[in-house]
Amino acid sequence: MRLIKQIGEWLDARLQLAAPVREMSEHPVPRNTASWWYVFGSAAFVVFILQIVTGIMLALVYVPSASEAWSSLQYLNHGVALGWFIRAMHGWGSNFMVAIVLIHMMQVFLFGAYKFPRELTWLIGVFLLLMTLGMAFSGQVLRFDQDAYWGLGIGASIASRVPIVGPLIVQLMLGGPIIGGATLSRFFAIHVFVIPAILLAFVSLHLLLVLKLGINEWPMPGRLVRKATYEHEYHELTQKDGAPFVPYAVWKDMFFAAFIIIAVAGCAAYFGPFGPTGRPDPTIIQTVPRPDYFFLWLYALLSLLPPSMETPVLLIGPVIALAVLLLLPFVSGEGEKSWRRRPIAVMTVLLIAVTLSTFTHLAGYTPWSPHMNAWSGQPVPREYLDHRTPLELQGAAVFQLKQCRNCHALDGEGGQRGPALDSVAVRLTQDQLIRQVIQGGGNMPAYGKNLSPAETTALVAFLETLHPAGQQPARDAARAVALNPDEPASGHEPQPAKP
Amino acid sequence: MSTDPTISRRGVLVKLAILFNAAVGIALAVPIVRFLASAITRGRSRGYLSWVQLGPVSDFPEGQTRLATFRNPYVTPTDGDTAETACWVRRLEGDSFQVFAVNCAHLGCPVRWFPQSSLFLCPCHGGAYYQDGSRASGPPERGLFEYEYKVQNGFVVIQAGELPTPGSPTASLVNIKPPCA
Repeated sequence: MRLIKQIGEWLDARLQLAAPVREMSEHPVPRNTASWWYVFGSAAFVVFILQIVTGIMLALVYVPSASEAWSSLQYLNHGVALGWFIRAMHGWGSNFMVAIVLIHMMQVFLFGAYKFPRELTWLIGVFLLLMTLGMAFSGQVLRFDQDAYWGLGIGASIASRVPIVGPLIVQLMLGGPIIGGATLSRFFAIHVFVIPAILLAFVSLHLLLVLKLGINEWPMPGRLVRKATYEHEYHELTQKDGAPFVPYAVWKDMFFAAFIIIAVAGCAAYFGPFGPTGRPDPTIIQTVPRPDYFFLWLYALLSLLPPSMETPVLLIGPVIALAVLLLLPFVSGEGEKSWRRRPIAVMTVLLIAVTLSTFTHLAGYTPWSPHMNAWSGQPVPREYLDHRTPLELQGAAVFQLKQCRNCHALDGEGGQRGPALDSVAVRLTQDQLIRQVIQGGGNMPAYGKNLSPAETTALVAFLETLHPAGQQPARDAARAVALNPDEPASGHEPQPAKP
Repeated sequence: MSTDPTISRRGVLVKLAILFNAAVGIALAVPIVRFLASAITRGRSRGYLSWVQLGPVSDFPEGQTRLATFRNPYVTPTDGDTAETACWVRRLEGDSFQVFAVNCAHLGCPVRWFPQSSLFLCPCHGGAYYQDGSRASGPPERGLFEYEYKVQNGFVVIQAGELPTPGSPTASLVNIKPPCA
């Protein structure tokens, strides 16, 4: 014990770090900031360290070569003791890091912590968010499987839309004319050297600023930030109602960090590593590429935007979003901090959260994608075929064979790209059905060239049987009068569409 | 103080040292920038595109659309499988062909051909194209990318070598036809 103390004193006589470290850890913080709301920043940092450690371990085995990366991941999963667990920790760690960084950002925004004098802390934080997302995307590329390959293709397609320099950006991004060895190598360099170095530097700056300027006090409704008086008021607060960070507040950070690490390890052990999915062989086109969790919302957005809006939104949207984030502390650098008196701030956070989670939820079952195997894998339900004429049965066969089912559901099964057709006969008359099938329109391809007149007749005959038992199919009143002049037309008015 | 001759000589030396370092830095920047930009400049000087053989004409029956694969003409030693490329070959009749990239004109996902309904469907965002490559529905703003092709000594050859993207200059436009019966 005495020896350890002696060694410590010997080291400190030279390093002279003990005093500043003690001063740093015992700096007074406002008493009410020792709150569970203030633990997300340190948790993000701890997960970042976890990512560095697990990342270095993966790099011991991983081969950043387009011809061998996939095999080395398989080897990590199956050939190296606990390789799967380290991969899973790294993958789940990345999900947790993105989530915690976003929660941290939301808390900082709602607590007004970006206001004077902490504007620079916020700006660096925005930059750290971008770098975290950059790590997430480049990490997905390093898991060099089909999703990574086609994900790169999507990235290249987006980048190529930049006016004039788009194709050059694509070549610079891919390291050549195609997605290949050069692409993986440069994403490896970015993921392993460039962004982590930047992250380390800027996380240090971010922390330094928190120490220099003090942690944001618990916002009180009505206590306004004024540039002239704020620093004096904050100083007084820490003097009157302050407590040393260690141990007064730090134990909550420590508990939460440990809890997060356990959660990451738990998810890793229970759910296992992410992929790799199929080999990154571009000639295997039987694939449905999907982005990782944190980019699913973007996947949904790209499916739902009108085509003409897409390029402007993709190219201008991020610029506007970034400008808003960067200008925020300068536009509203003073005034009310408490979220209780900032309804627009709360509504903004809620709106963004609801939007992102709705898009993410939609991307979970991709209603916009045709179900490629529905036509052969999901037969027409039995009750749609009972007591039908031979022509209508033939129509059901045409319906399946021409892959209508890939986009249209029957009885809840099939694609959701187009409307479900269980009650289509109530919505469209015979003539309207024929026209829709032959001419398409409203996001449906025209089938006029691919259906013989006999097939069209049979298909429409089948579609006309698709209405609820109690409801009449829609009929063209004028046509009914022309064909049966004796019958009153009023009885055959088209029924209102089923809601 | 400022008139002290030794101080001003040191000052001049520091400035000279800064200038010297700046010159060395610029000299070093030239190879660094050229190295980093090689992916672009190499493409400009030599060109990535060249003619690639897909197979004998007899591999592609008239009136059908078939998947063909080729190895990208420009490869690096570590490309592995990724240099393999697929394309859709549609033979109309005789020597008349259309060769489409598998990459959707929307965001590059691989489109699949469904001969029963004569449509190309994209699994990602639901783009659909007719058999001649023109846009049928969904988010794509244009038809499928089409390769230049020719028939040489009974073989179908195409001009390829670059990932087709919406902005790439080599992606020749398919005439977008209005959907008609």
